[in-house]
Amino acid sequence: MNILVCIAKSIETTAKIVFTPDNSALDESGMQYIMNPYDEWYSLVRALELKDQVGGEVTVIHVGDASSDPIIRKALAIGADKGVRIDTIPQSAADVAKQLSAYLADKSFDIVFTGKETVDYNGGILPAMLAAKLKWPFFDVVSHLEYADDLALISKEIEGGVKVFKSPLPLVLSATKGLAEQKIPNMRGIMMAKRKPLEVVSAVDHATDTNIVSFSKPEKSKEVTLVDADDMDELVRLLHEEAKVI
Amino acid sequence: MSIVVYCENIEGNLKKATLEALTYAHKMGSELGLPTYAVTTGEPLTDVLKQYGVSKYVEVSPNVPADTSLLAGSISFGFEKLNGQYLILPYNSTGKSIAGQLAVKCDAGIVSSVNALPESLEPLRVSQSLFAGKASAVVQVNTAKVVLALQSNAIQPEEKPVDEISGELVILDSLSQVELVKQEMLSEGIPLPEAELVVSGGRGFKGPENWHILEDLAKELGAATACSRPVSDADWRPHHEHVGQTGIAISPNLYIAIGISGAIQHLGGVNNSKTIVVINNDPEAPFFKAADYGVIGDLFEVVPKLTAAVQAFKSKA
Repeated sequence: MNILVCIAKSIETTAKIVFTPDNSALDESGMQYIMNPYDEWYSLVRALELKDQVGGEVTVIHVGDASSDPIIRKALAIGADKGVRIDTIPQSAADVAKQLSAYLADKSFDIVFTGKETVDYNGGILPAMLAAKLKWPFFDVVSHLEYADDLALISKEIEGGVKVFKSPLPLVLSATKGLAEQKIPNMRGIMMAKRKPLEVVSAVDHATDTNIVSFSKPEKSKEVTLVDADDMDELVRLLHEEAKVI
Repeated sequence: MSIVVYCENIEGNLKKATLEALTYAHKMGSELGLPTYAVTTGEPLTDVLKQYGVSKYVEVSPNVPADTSLLAGSISFGFEKLNGQYLILPYNSTGKSIAGQLAVKCDAGIVSSVNALPESLEPLRVSQSLFAGKASAVVQVNTAKVVLALQSNAIQPEEKPVDEISGELVILDSLSQVELVKQEMLSEGIPLPEAELVVSGGRGFKGPENWHILEDLAKELGAATACSRPVSDADWRPHHEHVGQTGIAISPNLYIAIGISGAIQHLGGVNNSKTIVVINNDPEAPFFKAADYGVIGDLFEVVPKLTAAVQAFKSKA
């Protein structure tokens, strides 16, 4: 089976978000990028398990410049067979979808794994856009995947529950917690990753559907109104009369 | 041209998120001089649609197929039939599966997690929530057609009744190899992502045996229950109740956090809540900085008192 795993970089979740003085861009100095956890912990690991089950090859693909190579190497260290980097700094999810679908136009993959969203921008748009461009069935927030008799059995998390689908390949899925268990690369994997192929391909013209004009942070932290622990009637009154939420 | 809202009929109702999308469309439409239309799946619920200013709809069938690419195809067909320029939908569980597909099928630019009415219409600039609610970005859309997927609570529903509504049913191709095998609801009661009121607990509860204290309060309020990551990691509560950056993100009207210190990852999942109440015995808990109301005290004493106060309030009302 020919498996593709799309990996994104994301800002580490504990990082303090700082913008440039004119608020037009992220201040990336001192900012640490990691492989997006949904891609690394769930999507990539499940892809590798699937390969162990049915055979084949796992390719990881990333849209970004050379500064992302350590992230791709990490995916190779975890067990992917080869890496592809589309050499451009993407402008939006639409741009990533355009770059990936252009690359995929003359390839034949059976299944494309993504994470449900990046943990920084939280857009969550790319997986669905890519599926629509490929005209393949799409399953998002997938927490369980089985494959047998040429059919995928897929559990998708919905509000308060789960839906189970059966679908033939090819398909695109976006992974969430539960799909697999995080795997830490071992020394052998790290050494082997250095010899695995990492192909750099050039980008097609950017999609310029949308662009970020400016960033802002919530005005200021709220002033908390403290309520006496012995006077819960007062809290109920405030919630009813002032906040008007009950 | 028109503004089109995707209206999903769920068990005979439009969810609040859809009413928010209708209100958003109507407000945008009055600025732009465009009518609000709807694409519906399931019975079109014309009374509600009229109440929220919809004068025309297209009902697409089959109704919410298992294959979301068919659903997105049907909606984009309705969008074109209504000569839509803007497509507005909630960024809820259905919205997340289809919004990106709709952008491709409608050949539209897309902004997700939209958290306010547009800053400008020409060019279109809208605010989007990102970094788990720690920041917003203003995004300019450069395409003729636009999909806006709204974060819940981006706007409060407002009725704008119209007298007349016309509509038609369109039956589309439903051939798909995707099959829905089964659907299971994991939790009883109110699904967390849709709940208006949420009571959430952390390590302060000391163990699952004390969870009834929280459940009593939730029951009295009619609230859904949630928990912090350490609680779900320790299996005190199921994973689908875990809210935070790596769990689910929610934005209820009221979020009551009990015995949760308020790590940045937890705040990320809840800081779009309208009102936050924090109950904690540690006055230094970082959560108090994000709270509207705070109670410093022992949860084992405070929460039962709050439950009793809510009970007293409800019996008066």
